[in-house]
Amino acid sequence: MSLAQRIAWLLIAVIVTAAALASWIVPASYDRQFRDEIQAPPSKAHPLGTDELGRDRLSRLLHGTQVSLLLAPAAAFLATLLAALAGTLAGWRGGWLDHALESVCDLTMSLPWMFLLLTVRAALPLDVAPMTSVAITFFLLGALGWAGPARVVRAGARALRDSDYMLMARAQGYRGWRLPVWHLLPGLRPVLTAQFWTSVPLFILAEANLSLLGLGVVEPMPSWGGLLKEMESLPAIGRNPWILAPAVVLLMTLASLYVLMGAKEEEA
Amino acid sequence: MIRQFLLVAALALPVAGEGGGTLRLCLRSEPRSLHPLEAAEESSETVRYLTAGVLVRINRQTQRAEPELARSWKITDGGRRITFQLREGIQFSDGSPFGAQDVVYTFAELASDELRSPAADAFRTAPGRVSAKALSEASVTILLPAPVAGLERLFDAVAILPRAGRSLDRSVLGPFRISQHQPGSFILLERNPHYWKKDSSGRKLPYLDAVRLDIQQNREIEMLRFRRGEIHMINKLDPELFERLAAEEPGSAFNAGPSMEPEQMWFNQANGSPLPEYKRAWFGSRNFRNAISHSIRRQDLARIAFLGRAAAAAGPVSEANQYWFNRQLKPRQHDPKLAKRLLVSDGFRWQGSKLVDRGGHPVQFSIITNSGNKTRAKMAALIQQDLGEIGIDVRITPLDFPSLIERISRTFQYDACLLGLVNVDLDPNGQMNVWLSSSGNHQWNPNQKSPATAWEAEIDHLMRSQAATLDPERRKKHFDKVQRIVWEQEPFLYLVYKNALAAAAPSLRNFKPVAMFPQGFWNADQIVVSSTVAQSRR
Repeated sequence: MSLAQRIAWLLIAVIVTAAALASWIVPASYDRQFRDEIQAPPSKAHPLGTDELGRDRLSRLLHGTQVSLLLAPAAAFLATLLAALAGTLAGWRGGWLDHALESVCDLTMSLPWMFLLLTVRAALPLDVAPMTSVAITFFLLGALGWAGPARVVRAGARALRDSDYMLMARAQGYRGWRLPVWHLLPGLRPVLTAQFWTSVPLFILAEANLSLLGLGVVEPMPSWGGLLKEMESLPAIGRNPWILAPAVVLLMTLASLYVLMGAKEEEA
Repeated sequence: MIRQFLLVAALALPVAGEGGGTLRLCLRSEPRSLHPLEAAEESSETVRYLTAGVLVRINRQTQRAEPELARSWKITDGGRRITFQLREGIQFSDGSPFGAQDVVYTFAELASDELRSPAADAFRTAPGRVSAKALSEASVTILLPAPVAGLERLFDAVAILPRAGRSLDRSVLGPFRISQHQPGSFILLERNPHYWKKDSSGRKLPYLDAVRLDIQQNREIEMLRFRRGEIHMINKLDPELFERLAAEEPGSAFNAGPSMEPEQMWFNQANGSPLPEYKRAWFGSRNFRNAISHSIRRQDLARIAFLGRAAAAAGPVSEANQYWFNRQLKPRQHDPKLAKRLLVSDGFRWQGSKLVDRGGHPVQFSIITNSGNKTRAKMAALIQQDLGEIGIDVRITPLDFPSLIERISRTFQYDACLLGLVNVDLDPNGQMNVWLSSSGNHQWNPNQKSPATAWEAEIDHLMRSQAATLDPERRKKHFDKVQRIVWEQEPFLYLVYKNALAAAAPSLRNFKPVAMFPQGFWNADQIVVSSTVAQSRR
């Protein structure tokens, strides 16, 4: 195991453990408002200071990590799964199915999703619990975010379909569903992995923007997306550089996962 | 002395032969209606103010009614009749002449039941219709069903329409007319070539060539655009952005002092709402509303959400409105013990730390507010924690503005709403459209055929009485009583009155912000964008 991989494992372990033990590490609840300590700088009581409502930033970061680390990859997984199904089928079968799936992809990508999301918001009850709202949001992101990756997967599948090793597989007598499942999909793994990891940060940021529609993570629940929104103001970052902490944790998480996934690919 | 005067004049006015530039600012939402008589929210009011001509204009600086399209007026029949002498030679923006028939047509439209104009409510002091009659081409008389005090001030909100058959968009009497409208993106107003006003040197107004209103919900982006020089003015600045701007560009941040605009919360009591019965019972209970009010720390809202640029509110009139404010009323103090007693008296009880009603339903409701307003989001979070302390589970749901308006005015699918109110006049008659139970802006239960409660009937009576009497002391007494009833019943939970904060680019000339709507551009026809300063700023 290389040094980079060891560091990556360590970072992931620290972040996951800290998120899991959030309530034990920071006794202050993520929604408790210390109203006499708003925008406080880091101190022993609040190692990352407090936000504009006096809430402990570290507590919010760790609880937000729980939410985002669980749900953003889940949404990315759903999108990648749908993309793998549609892209592989289109690329493998070709013909009318390819044309049809390509058209569906085009249509999906050109639809004004904002209006769909507004409709979803209108259909949901207003008093939906914060955690349910979060889950719905990430499900929607996953269910709507498959079309772009599907086109990439389709292109990969088409290239592999006519490759030498697929010819060899056919020559060995593989037929029907076994060919794409046992031979094509493993060949598409790098593409799918890349699509998965590209989707994770995109969904984290998309979640933050969805709060404008009344979807997404609602007060007082924290999420990386919501915490990253505090960085909209550059002067505020200059005055309170500790508000960069969520971005640092996000970057460390994604970089570590990228290193580890890269290592797995090499092993494969 | 003369040299100084010339210098000031040179700074204030565009050079002869040059235009006054294009003023750029943002609307926080798409206007709900561009019909000037239907304007009910801030974006629509903004377009109306900039495009419509009125018979009488309330000077936002002096608070006095001044002649506009009407040269003079005379009130007779004890306040039931007002006769206007119109200015002659005035043209609509399409070049067609303005005359008494246009005023007659406007009032016929205003009285129309189909239109349900919010501006009409102020004239409804008694059953009956408002009628207008042309006495000549330059004289018109308006007859009301009952006397109205401060009658002339009501005409500030009545946009004069062109008589039937002409385009509302192209035929306006205000300084600007709509030139382009991209829904959801921008509204471009161009100078009305036939605008009648001139400055003291005889130069035609407005100085500006155009006003571009970009629709921008996000205030951070609005501020970013201001700093980049893409917009010239932020009419209402959030306290946080104000503090930031004041620290970095002190010359661009303006604080016009306490405003007339409250931030308030109300519960849905609408007759046609799809709320379950038990929630209707909560929201309809005075004790429940008072308990919620006593659970909210207003001082914290002002200190934390508004960074001290606001004051706790007692009622529908700001302390800044010195004559009409009822000084006996004080903001409700945070008193959780009293709140609990009030709830117990209504049959509420606690299961563990959670509050439940007498039927065992957990007390949980959602508060909707407009998304993109950081200050309101902070207020909602503070209220959420305050109410959590007495066992109430509050869910906060920010919605885009059109969806929010749809819910509070059409579908009534909401529990509670947190929003601000725009007061356009100091006089109580300006609030008729809020207090009359028949009004569409009677937000907690609008458009009632007859008052749903005895206290709403009393408010109806008092508002009509104050409007119908010409004795200022009696009017004050009646309106004080209205404020007292509102304080007791709390159909609106008044939270804070915010300061009027604004931002203006150094390139703006004649920018004189005031506390009343439309704070920064009340004198839009005299504002100038100086191109030299604008370029150097970039």
